[in-house]
Amino acid sequence: MDRLRALGVEQQVALLFLALFGLLMLVSIAVLVRTLRAQHSEQSEQHTRMLRDLRALWVGTVVFWLSWLSGPLGSTLLFGVFSFLALREFITLAHTRRSDHRSLILAFFVVLPLQYALVGSRSFDLFTVFIPVYVFLAIPVLSALAGDPERFLERNAKIQWGITVCVFGLSHAPATLLLDFPGYAGRGAFLLFFLVMVAASAQIVQELMSRWLRRRPVARHIDRSFSYRAWMAGALAAALVGALLVWITPFRIWQAALIGLGAGACGTLGEFVMKALKKDAGVRHWGNHASVTGAVGLLDRVAPLCFAAPVFFHSVRWYASLQP
Amino acid sequence: MSIAVKAMGMAVSFVARLITGAQGHWTGCPPEALQRIYFANHQSHLDWVLIWAALPNDLRVRTRPIAARDYWTASKFKHWLTREVFHAVYVSRQRTDDQDPLEPLVEALHHGDSLVIFPEGTRSNKGEPQPFKSGLYHLAEQFPGVQLIPVWIDNVQRVMPKGEVVPVPILCTATFGAPMQLEPGEDKRVFLERAREAVIALRPLVT
Repeated sequence: MDRLRALGVEQQVALLFLALFGLLMLVSIAVLVRTLRAQHSEQSEQHTRMLRDLRALWVGTVVFWLSWLSGPLGSTLLFGVFSFLALREFITLAHTRRSDHRSLILAFFVVLPLQYALVGSRSFDLFTVFIPVYVFLAIPVLSALAGDPERFLERNAKIQWGITVCVFGLSHAPATLLLDFPGYAGRGAFLLFFLVMVAASAQIVQELMSRWLRRRPVARHIDRSFSYRAWMAGALAAALVGALLVWITPFRIWQAALIGLGAGACGTLGEFVMKALKKDAGVRHWGNHASVTGAVGLLDRVAPLCFAAPVFFHSVRWYASLQP
Repeated sequence: MSIAVKAMGMAVSFVARLITGAQGHWTGCPPEALQRIYFANHQSHLDWVLIWAALPNDLRVRTRPIAARDYWTASKFKHWLTREVFHAVYVSRQRTDDQDPLEPLVEALHHGDSLVIFPEGTRSNKGEPQPFKSGLYHLAEQFPGVQLIPVWIDNVQRVMPKGEVVPVPILCTATFGAPMQLEPGEDKRVFLERAREAVIALRPLVT
C-alpha cells in the first residue's frame, strides 16, 4: 500500500485502468467459456442477456478510459455526445408537437453545448444554476412565442425534464472528473470510478435482493421487482462498497460510506423513475422498439448515472468547501 | 470520384445519421445490389437523404434520386451536390408537349441504375399518403424486370416540419418492404392503390 502511495498520480490512475481491464478480461473469458458449453435454449437466452450486459460493461470501461486519456476537453466532448444521443432518444419517444420545434432547437444546439462548455471551463457555479434557472425560464417563453396553447404545460414539462435528466444530470459525470479538490488534484478519475462503482453495486445488489426476497412490489404497474427492502439493501451495499473504496477518495471512512449510500440510493431510484417513463412511452427498453430505430438503448444505461451524478457531485463539492 | 465529392458524401451521411439515426429496416427484402425502384411516402425534404444514408454503400452508388431541374441546377453548389454526390436524375417541372416527363427516368433505368421516387408528387403531412401519381405505373409497365420496393419513412416530419430550416435530432427509420409487381392486365388505378397500400402497410404501429 505504501508503495502504491509513493507512485505519481498518473501511474496510480494507469494502474487503476490496468486493474479494470484485467478484471473485465477475466470476466469475459469466463463468460465465453460458459457460452461454449451452454446448450439449452433457456441457458442461451440467459447468455445473450449476459453478453449484452458484458458488452455494455466493456463499452463503459473504454469510454471511462478514453475520457480520462483525452483530458478535460476530450471528456467533456465525449459526455456531450452521450448527452446528445440520450436526449435524441428521449425526445423521439416524448411525442413532441410541431410547435415545439424552436424549443427543441434551443435544447439541442444551445443548451447542451453551453452546459458542456461550462463543465469544460470548470465554471461550476454557473454550471449548477444554468439549466435549473435560466433554461427553465427560457423554454416556456419560446414555447409561448410559438403560439400553440394546446397541452402547453405538458409539452414544456417533457422538454424540461428531458434536458434535466439527459443534459444536466449526465454533465455532472465529467464535472466530477474535472473537480479540483484541495490536496487531491488530478485524481478526478478516482472519484468518477468511485461513483460508478457504488452506483453499479447498488443496482446489482438491489436486483439480486428483489429476486431473493420476493417482496410485494411497491408499484407493480411500473416495476414488478422494486421493493423498499431491496432498494435499501442496494443502498447499504453501495455504502459498504464506498467504505471499502475509501482509500482512493479524499474522504474519511464514514463519509465515504455516507456518500456511497446517497449516490447508490439515487442511482437505483433513477432507474426506477426511468422505468415509469418507459411504461408511459410504451417500450421496455429505450430504443428497442422497431418503430424507433436502432437506438442502442443508451438511456437505459445512463439513467442511474444521470440521477446519482448530481447528488454525488454536490455532496463532494459541499464537503470540499468545508475543508479548511 | 474526386476527394471533394467523397468527403461531401461522407459528411452528408454522417450528419444524417447524427440527426436521425438513419436506420434501415429491411423487413421485406435483403439490401442487395439489384436494380430496383424504391417508392416511398413523402413528408419532408430530408426523405431522400434519409433513404440514401440508410442504404449500404454498394447500393448507394447505384441508387439515384429524382430532382427538379429548375431548382437543383439553379446555383453552382446545388447543381454540383445533386449531380456529383447524389447522381440525381433531373426532370423538368414544366410540361412541354413534345417530351415525355418520364424520359430521363427511363434512360436511367436502361442504364441499369436504381431509382428512388416519391409517387405522391408532393409532400404530405396529414399522416396518410396522398393518391399516387401514375409515373410508377408506367415505369413498372416498361421495366417488368426491375423490382418495385415500397418504403415507409417514419418520423422525418418531426425532424424538419414544413417551413423550418434547422433540423431537430429525432430518430427516424426507413422500412423496406417486399418487392411487388404489376400483375398482367392490371388496371392503372388498381395498381397505384395497391402500391400505396403496400407503403402504408409498412408504417410501424404507433404505441
